[in-house]
Amino acid sequence: MTQASELLTLSLYAALVFVAIAQFMAMIRLWIGPGTGDRILALDTMFINAIGLIVLLGILQGTQIYFEAALIIAMLGFVSTVAYARFVLRGDIIE
Amino acid sequence: MSLELIATYAVAVFLFIGSFFIIVASIGLLKLNDPMTRLHAPTKAGTLGIGAYLLAAMIHSFTVGEGSLHELLIMGFIFVTAPVSANFMAKANIHRRDCMQPPALPEGDTWATLNVPEEDREIEETARHT
Repeated sequence: MTQASELLTLSLYAALVFVAIAQFMAMIRLWIGPGTGDRILALDTMFINAIGLIVLLGILQGTQIYFEAALIIAMLGFVSTVAYARFVLRGDIIE
Repeated sequence: MSLELIATYAVAVFLFIGSFFIIVASIGLLKLNDPMTRLHAPTKAGTLGIGAYLLAAMIHSFTVGEGSLHELLIMGFIFVTAPVSANFMAKANIHRRDCMQPPALPEGDTWATLNVPEEDREIEETARHT
């Protein structure tokens, strides 16, 4: 059992490191652009990675209390991505 | 080998799978060299990575106490909305002319994605020339 839990701890911290690196890479893409579409995509990726970080934190602490936060971030991510894309497309969000 | 032991190994394996997909998604986002190609990496691989993380969280909740299937909600929501937002971003790319353009239409017609409302045409024209 100790071997299994050691592997779990290792994979958890490795996952946290990988998601942090991924978040940083998305941040670089957000910074350098070059187009508006790339920036929207980078922001969407950062939302997805933020959900990943919260889920990993929930596993690490063995609680369920982060579930609602992850769900709300997922919804806000979708709505904000669509709003940005729509603004680029039509110059307006709700016509 | 008890069930709990197998579940713990499964959580670890799913976490590794998720990390792999997440890092592939971000490398693709950073390294690919065309807006439409870049669109593919995070919207497919990133979604799969998050799916693996949520599956790991679900299995883990069954090993530590009373299990929960709440994570299925987030998983379903992300799997449904990722293609929709990807489609919107692709349309934004076409509209901004950051990629290959659709074929020309017969006289007098324009693609809806490339169309600009009447009152914004002058602004769009000046924005393209600067």
